[in-house]
Amino acid sequence: MSQFVRFTIDGTECMAAKGQYIVEAAKENGVYIPTLCNFPGVKPKGGCRICTIRVNGRLMTACTTPVAEDMSIENEVKDIRELRKSIVELLMVEGNHFCPACEKSGQCELQALAYRFQIMAPRFPYQFPVRKIDASHPKIMKDQNRCIQCKRCIRAIKDEKGRNIFAYRKRSSSVEVVVDVKLGKQLTDELAQKAMDVCPVGSILVKEKGFVIPIGERKYDNMPIGSDIENMQVSKI
Amino acid sequence: MSKPIIATTSLAGCFGCHMSILDIDDRILELFELVEFNKSPIDDIKKFTKKCDIGLIEGGCCNSENVHVLKDFREHCKILISLGECAIMGGLPAMRNGIPIRECLEEAYLNSPTVVANDERIIPNDPELPMILDKVFPCHEVVKIDYFLPGCPPRADLIWEALVALISGDEMNLPYEIVKFD
Amino acid sequence: MKAAVKKTIEKYGSDKYRLMDVLIEIQQENGYISKEAIAQIAEEYGMSEVDVEQTVSFYHFLSQKPTGKYSIYLNNSAVANMMGRADVAATFQKELGIKFGDVTPDGRAGLFETSCIGMNDQEPAAIINNHIFTRLTPFRVKEICRDIKEGKEVSEMFVQDWGDGENRSDLVHSVVSNNIRKIGPVLERTFKVGQAIEKITKMKPEEVIDEVKKSNMRGRGGAGFPTGLKWEFCRNAAGEKKYIFCNADEGEPGTFKDRVILTERPRLLFEGMVIAGYAVGATEGIVYVRYEYKYLEKHLEDILQKAREVNYLGKNILGKEGFDFDIRIQFGAGAYVCGEESALIESAEGKRGEPRDRPPFPVEKGYHDMPTVVNNVETLCSVVKVILNGGDWYKSLGTHESTGTKLLSISGDCKFPGVYEVVWGFSVNDILDMVGANKEDVMAVQVGGPSGAIITTNEFNRILGYEDLATGGSLIIIGKQRDILNDIVLNFMDFFISESCGSCSTCRIVPTLMRNKLNKILNARGVRQDLDDLHEWGKILKASRCGLGQTAGNPILSSLKNFPDLYEEKIQKNKTFDSGFDLNIAVKESAKATGRIPNV
Repeated sequence: MSQFVRFTIDGTECMAAKGQYIVEAAKENGVYIPTLCNFPGVKPKGGCRICTIRVNGRLMTACTTPVAEDMSIENEVKDIRELRKSIVELLMVEGNHFCPACEKSGQCELQALAYRFQIMAPRFPYQFPVRKIDASHPKIMKDQNRCIQCKRCIRAIKDEKGRNIFAYRKRSSSVEVVVDVKLGKQLTDELAQKAMDVCPVGSILVKEKGFVIPIGERKYDNMPIGSDIENMQVSKI
Repeated sequence: MSKPIIATTSLAGCFGCHMSILDIDDRILELFELVEFNKSPIDDIKKFTKKCDIGLIEGGCCNSENVHVLKDFREHCKILISLGECAIMGGLPAMRNGIPIRECLEEAYLNSPTVVANDERIIPNDPELPMILDKVFPCHEVVKIDYFLPGCPPRADLIWEALVALISGDEMNLPYEIVKFD
Repeated sequence: MKAAVKKTIEKYGSDKYRLMDVLIEIQQENGYISKEAIAQIAEEYGMSEVDVEQTVSFYHFLSQKPTGKYSIYLNNSAVANMMGRADVAATFQKELGIKFGDVTPDGRAGLFETSCIGMNDQEPAAIINNHIFTRLTPFRVKEICRDIKEGKEVSEMFVQDWGDGENRSDLVHSVVSNNIRKIGPVLERTFKVGQAIEKITKMKPEEVIDEVKKSNMRGRGGAGFPTGLKWEFCRNAAGEKKYIFCNADEGEPGTFKDRVILTERPRLLFEGMVIAGYAVGATEGIVYVRYEYKYLEKHLEDILQKAREVNYLGKNILGKEGFDFDIRIQFGAGAYVCGEESALIESAEGKRGEPRDRPPFPVEKGYHDMPTVVNNVETLCSVVKVILNGGDWYKSLGTHESTGTKLLSISGDCKFPGVYEVVWGFSVNDILDMVGANKEDVMAVQVGGPSGAIITTNEFNRILGYEDLATGGSLIIIGKQRDILNDIVLNFMDFFISESCGSCSTCRIVPTLMRNKLNKILNARGVRQDLDDLHEWGKILKASRCGLGQTAGNPILSSLKNFPDLYEEKIQKNKTFDSGFDLNIAVKESAKATGRIPNV
């Protein structure tokens, strides 16, 4: 039997299995901590910093920090909410996010977070970077305009030998996620779909497919991201 | 008390946002009870005849004329609202922002398969024409904008709710479903 | 080519964790890393090509395009600019007929910018094919370019005598000066190699740790974590193998003390690593040296070899059963962020130098996921003296919270730039006196490099130490003739922007936005709101994963705090809003494209 630990989130008593990441532990207690680069079942890599929380006075990422006994976690407090909102806004201006023309609109996690944080227009100047679309692979398109460098695809999509199909290139603001030329060619339909699904935005698209779900019925059309967790009945352990 | 005065314009937009204003259906009658329109394509008043309370801007700035109109609105309106994605972030016209102007013009007037009438193959250069800007600018990166109503177009309900709140001085309480970026 | 790449891979044990070494060697051999080489490496290691490429493209000194038979990297640090870099840079461009970032059409010479190369006390400086050129002048540049055109070997190009000390030795032969201006207990000359190793063979590892704990020594890299405690954590951590890393990746612009230690006191450093290894139960030590110091490689390898010959390294050191420890040198390839301990480990494993999420800390899971201690060069040197003279002795030096001595790297507007070993507790004023700076002429001092603070004359009475002004040891003295915002702050911001690993959204985006805003202010388009924005935006960086990101806004935040007038005098007082939009500029491109005269 796994060991349990007690901790608090914004003063509320919580309980979770020891060693669980705080994001997951919070979820089981009905508390939503926004995430973007995190993906269930994939090794976390606190990159987007949206899940930043304050643990015993220090800023940490909830997706990479295991929960421990007596942790006092601050989540829904003003400065952290403000920080998260800023990060969403930063990502909105960093790339070229033309929501009206995007196949992922309504299903996009970046957009959904912007809705959740009631962002009407980001406070930062738009960067309008010059970026490319890589349509050279038979199954998928990689639109760099929309990429938020979250590394989900890098971490989640490997070929049968465990090799990386996606990888970072360069560094700093020139960093980009690119597709391996050889392995990209061998991508199966199944893996192509998985890559698209794992992408939080519309940067990886399966070719010849799009706008399948009508407006009004898409994932985030009517309910904010995270509301499923917040509305969940928490079973008492 | 006199009725609040509204002005509207479409800069580098498609008039979709104006269509969405009309899309408030029969509430349009109520709106005309509540407000007076000044410079606007809706009543076809071409020039400001007085100071206005609210200016609704559709579209971003893609040429010099857009900038002049926008500045004119800023001068004449107490509150300026960016209406829709184009006004807020350039929108679809801004998809040209990474492409050099010369390429854009050559594609539009010389090389595109749809170029049929331009027998002389010239890029329009009449001095009377507005000058194209190096990129499409969001309105708030040119003048101060007070409110933003996103959407492509913004939902009619969003426009309605926001205007009513502004006119009545109530807090804007916008339901989740009506604030969307597409 | 194929055979050469294969040989290189085999030389490093066909171990993909040694990718850095392989890449560096191919780069040096060919001047770049070709597509074919990447494909072959990927094949040999069973990796994908993009995976190899993500390491290659991360490092400044690894290139996927030819960098010229002569690859010239001219330092662009703030102090280089202060010392006349602009003319030197212009002369290079003129003489070679190319711009920075380009290679001459005949492939002979490539000209590149690079951030601080650890020569701040002898700027302007450049690296050409791993040889260091210091104190460059336009005249000297003309000579160099002439030599390049004539095809002279780089080692034959030097017209001045070799530098002092070991710089003269056959294995170094560099014109670099040590500029050791003040010697203290760490740098002192009487140190006898092996004494401390001999001493610990009679001690238990726990006793070694206790002695270090007793000394209250804290890490000299800047973060100041207690050294003894770090060792204890590592000793107590479970793992079949443990590692000692020496962090010799000093990349903070303005720091060069480690270069001097590596040149003059490497035996002391290696001895410190042996002690650390013994204390924590590690058998392997790795010195991670920044690529800029590649010219010291033979020198360092030679000393390691000699240490092996007398059994200061190797198996059963000095006859003590089970006391095994050896050291290898791992070169970086140009990335400031690798100075962060977990990024350094990633890099040593052949990957991109991206900091890891913590916990777990390196002392629990470091190199190859094994318990690892990462210590600064100076820390490891100081440890030897603690062992020889005792923790109490060490504690008697310095102040209560900052025990021992500190090596300072001092540069900028002063008579005697160089390395000074001082006990903690000196004030900035004392230091200005010490280095021959005319206080009347000093406007500011940058303490701790770009990530530190820029302080004004009224703070010169502050004390260097963990309790007041903490520093990794870099002090840049800025004279009144300098333009702080243009010459220093902008330069530092550009540094952080180009050195971000790009992994955290905060550090990848915010510094650029802050730099652009500073430019707006410098272009006389700023308003008060811009100053408020800079304050607020700077806070976002605190959520970054590592120290680089967390401090990347400091050049602006610190100058905004300590030199508010510089900003105030540049903002427009009669306006509350200015987006910086300029219609005249915005129509320029289309006027050109259509041949029209702008009529806005």
